Amino acid sequence: MNTDGRYLRLTVLSIVGFGLMLPIVLGFWQTGRAAFGLFPALGRDTLSLAPWRELVTLPGFGTSLKLTLVTGIGATVFSLLLATGFCAAVHSRITPGAGARMLTPFLAIPHAALAVGLAFVLAPSGWIARGLAPFVGWDRPPDLATVNDTWGLALIVGLMIKEVPFLLLVILSALTQIPVAKHVSAGRSLGYGRGVVWIKIIMPQVWPMIRLPVWVVLAYALSVVDVAMILGPSNPPTLAVAITRWFNAADPGQIMPASAGAILQVLIIALGIAVFVLGECLMRRVGRWWLRRGGRGLSTEPGLQLASVITVVLMAIGMLAMLSLLIWSLAWRWPFPQFLPESWSLRSWVNSSNGWQRALSNTVFLAITTTVLSVALAIAWLEGEDRARRGRAAWAEALIYLPLVIPQVGFLYGLNIAFLKIGISGDMTAVIWAQALFVFPYVMIALSDPWRALNRRTLDSAASLGAGPLKRLVKIKLPILLRPILTATAIGVAVSVAQYLPTLFMGAGRIATLTTEAVTLSSGSDRRVTGVYAALQTMLPLVAYLAAFLIPAFLHRNRRDLNGTIQT
Amino acid sequence: MKHLLIAALAFSFGTPALADWQQTLDEARGQTVYWNAWGGDERTNAFIAWVSDQTKAQYGVTIEQVKLSNTAEAVTRVISEKAAGRDQDGTIDMIWINGPNFLAMKEQGLLHGPFVTGLPNAQYLDLSPTSAASIDFTVPVEGMESPWRLAKFVFTYDSARVSAVPRTMADFVSWAADHPGGFTHPVPSNFMGATFLKQALIELAPDASVLQTPVNDAAYSVTTAPLWDWYEALRPNMWRDGKTFPENESIQQQMLNDGVVDISMSLDPASTAAAIAQGLLPETARVFVPEDGSIGNISFVAIPYNAAHAAGAEVVANFLIAPETQAHMQNIDVLGSFSVLDPSKLDAPALATFAALPASDALPTLESLGATLLEPHASWMTRLTEDWARRYTK
Amino acid sequence: MSLDLTSLTLRSPSGELLFAPLTLSVPLGDVVTVMGPSGVGKSTLLDAIGGHLTHGFGCSGSIKLNGREISTIPAETRQVGVMFQDAHLFPHLSVGDNLAFGLPSHIKGRAMRRSTVEAALKQAGLAGRYDDDSAALSGGQRARAALMRTLLAEPEAVLLDEPFSKLDSSLRDEIRHFTFSHIAARGIPALMVTHDEADAHVTRGRCIALKKPESD
Repeated sequence: MNTDGRYLRLTVLSIVGFGLMLPIVLGFWQTGRAAFGLFPALGRDTLSLAPWRELVTLPGFGTSLKLTLVTGIGATVFSLLLATGFCAAVHSRITPGAGARMLTPFLAIPHAALAVGLAFVLAPSGWIARGLAPFVGWDRPPDLATVNDTWGLALIVGLMIKEVPFLLLVILSALTQIPVAKHVSAGRSLGYGRGVVWIKIIMPQVWPMIRLPVWVVLAYALSVVDVAMILGPSNPPTLAVAITRWFNAADPGQIMPASAGAILQVLIIALGIAVFVLGECLMRRVGRWWLRRGGRGLSTEPGLQLASVITVVLMAIGMLAMLSLLIWSLAWRWPFPQFLPESWSLRSWVNSSNGWQRALSNTVFLAITTTVLSVALAIAWLEGEDRARRGRAAWAEALIYLPLVIPQVGFLYGLNIAFLKIGISGDMTAVIWAQALFVFPYVMIALSDPWRALNRRTLDSAASLGAGPLKRLVKIKLPILLRPILTATAIGVAVSVAQYLPTLFMGAGRIATLTTEAVTLSSGSDRRVTGVYAALQTMLPLVAYLAAFLIPAFLHRNRRDLNGTIQT
Repeated sequence: MKHLLIAALAFSFGTPALADWQQTLDEARGQTVYWNAWGGDERTNAFIAWVSDQTKAQYGVTIEQVKLSNTAEAVTRVISEKAAGRDQDGTIDMIWINGPNFLAMKEQGLLHGPFVTGLPNAQYLDLSPTSAASIDFTVPVEGMESPWRLAKFVFTYDSARVSAVPRTMADFVSWAADHPGGFTHPVPSNFMGATFLKQALIELAPDASVLQTPVNDAAYSVTTAPLWDWYEALRPNMWRDGKTFPENESIQQQMLNDGVVDISMSLDPASTAAAIAQGLLPETARVFVPEDGSIGNISFVAIPYNAAHAAGAEVVANFLIAPETQAHMQNIDVLGSFSVLDPSKLDAPALATFAALPASDALPTLESLGATLLEPHASWMTRLTEDWARRYTK
Repeated sequence: MSLDLTSLTLRSPSGELLFAPLTLSVPLGDVVTVMGPSGVGKSTLLDAIGGHLTHGFGCSGSIKLNGREISTIPAETRQVGVMFQDAHLFPHLSVGDNLAFGLPSHIKGRAMRRSTVEAALKQAGLAGRYDDDSAALSGGQRARAALMRTLLAEPEAVLLDEPFSKLDSSLRDEIRHFTFSHIAARGIPALMVTHDEADAHVTRGRCIALKKPESD
């Protein structure tokens, strides 16, 4: 029996259990009680289904539900199709490293900032319309519902700009484990078109590796609040936004149906995942039949072209959105048909400097603390696995993904009450804790593969040279894994910076971050100040990614195997 | 003479109220007051920052503005604190509040007070039982919230683009028919959207006096029938066929600036002049109000029952109604909000300060704003917005 | 004084016996070669001796090094050096720092440690390459550096896991001689796993064949 690292593993397990899982359970417990009529503070103390009855009769409930399903499943399916098509079209031409660098800005930009920028670009008075205005002869914005449209199309586009790059990266990294080029040439020599080879041969191998990330995307798209507030329809909004509004309604009684809605949100995600699992089974059957038919289907080429074109257009719109944030923050007057501001000014930066400096320092503090804690915990976890010389059990893998597939609105309100009871709500501790629930999984996922890819023999060599576990960790693993550790750190920073609901709920609104301020300001009239916050919000993760790229490149400038010319 | 003055001062400090106040000041020193206030208006945020600088210098009280996107968030937070048994040391010290949120908190026993009469500067307020500072949406204030700024419902339009504006609420129907897509209002779940409906309700109701009493089914259907007829006639010509609405008045102001719509609305008559100065509206933007007057109310600050820094909050509430503060606030270069003080209670130098404030083309005078209509009872607003949601949220 | 295995048995995670119980003694200065079909557990045998077994593998019997039972102590305290197919130089360290990594602590002082490493580099034909990136070495240079690194740690035994299989055939002879002469010079027992008859031939030592157990 191997007892190496048992204490380390027990410690990690109890931190993960009590620190990360227990709060989620407590949060759901509180929310669940309110959903079934138990809320003593409002004098409700009998178990009942009344909140559910109230929920379904709230105005617009049915539409909200439908919108949620359409935008959530739609955005995920389209993102998956585009990412697959784009990968099939360009895979032979880009290395995973180059792909990752190209996609980084899209992964780094917080959802809310992108949504704000997109609203600047897509709105009837936005950049695209301004660009078209001279040719079409618009002197005032066209009466077109290009954002906040009742079908949620703008919301779907907004989600896709974030999710397509994410899925691309996930697929690209999964592809490194498959001899793609060989399979493609083998397939093509048998007379199958490029796209068909991808559908029939590559994707069935890739799917098991990307299934979980796809579920994460699906869960996110079904329960997102900030992006849906900015780009989605408002009357009625998607269910997650509606729930957030009901939690904050003037009539406190609405907390009960809101809680029921929060629990429903969990069921919706479970349903969404079930739909995907069912689709997978169906595809497997149909696919096998289709495979055996041996159809060569050479006509996929236009589909691939289309997917590539749409992906490139989406990325271009995303870039414009990021640029527009900066331009708005530097504009003074910028009336409609003009393509560029009439007058420029730094006043928006100067006048709001008290506000953004404080928000910036809060954001930086939270990002660093949360990420350092999460990275340390992730390293402790992985080191524990190493010392035990064993891999990860399926339940542990599920534990890591859990916070990413459950809706934030589902348990944050309840968790806030639990935090209030132990007296930490409204301060930094509570926010750090709540953010870590989401930062840790991403850090863990980002670090796991490179950590395990580290050659075991290298470590055995070190051990045979007399290096004990601690020396192996500090002198061998951490330095060799510097780049992936810093990349995981940058991802952690990006996730922390982007957190909206956890910061808002746990910070009692007192802890203003760039994200909470940007979302609040996006409901105001001054696009320029919103631009300041959103631009800062975008820059912070980019700086983190840049550091993650430059620091190893500098420290390992004389180490060919580590300085980025070859990806570890 | 000098001795007499000192004696008088000593005497006045000897009165229980002022002694209590001194105790409040002592307690407040060093406190940080978390003021939960809607954060969508940068000028208000800047004003609150200025207040913080002043109270810090004068009383050692710092203000942290907790910027809300919706005041109800603060109410919800106090409720969850109560749910968690946190009856002391709450996270919210002061809320910018009125109307239904005030009613909800008062009914749930979530407020600290009464405290207003204990504020030294309350001497400048008209606190007679029927005054605007004593009744909030027909709900008696009873000293549970302290006034700080005056709100009056106004419309804004761009005089360069639109020559004629509706003179009455009824006129909006024909105006919208002439300007299809040119009008909208914030979604009624938002305070401004609800105020727009109430403004119309007061003008269109067969008997507006019933609005001052709590709503009942019979009165509701009779009173609102003409409103819904009017709205059905107006809606088809509204922006996006009246199917989509801006979230709040700030977004609508932006739409006016972009030329998406021709009219926006505000509860702050000075907001147009201020927005012009900030480059957020064209120079030609102007304010108008319906002939029969418009809804006016007062914005208050209230202190939650479990506030950690109630003393500091009282000091801030008192500072807000000091004549110098109110004059600074009324300055168009600062906030431009009309004072809540009773001019008859002010001394000559204070009156002169108010008279010397700068003017602006887009800033209406108090006279041009017309009569002030009373807010309906808060229950009407809740009923009205729910009914609207049921009819038009599909 | 020697490396002694007594009734050593290994079981895979599924509980399968890898080979018949092995008893073997490798005297000081000898190189014993272990051969056998793929999958019989040759590398696993070396892992068991070096202390590098992955979780799930079972090991019973006794492993004694110079009379000291080492089967229950961690790898880093066994003083058993290992050479794998690849050199496994640490990519973040310079050539010299790689060699210095295993240098025992009784060699004190910066200058002393440095000169010890420089001397070893010279023996490996790598004089003056102390500060070079280890990735800049050729295959043969890497193999020599790895051996010197192992030997500088002053192991009491050395395990070789197909150490020459990845080298060009032109280099193989040279590295083989380099390796065996250095091991012989230290006078420590060595156990080598290989597929290459030539390896066994060069050592002129004993050669044993691992067999699958008759029936389990």
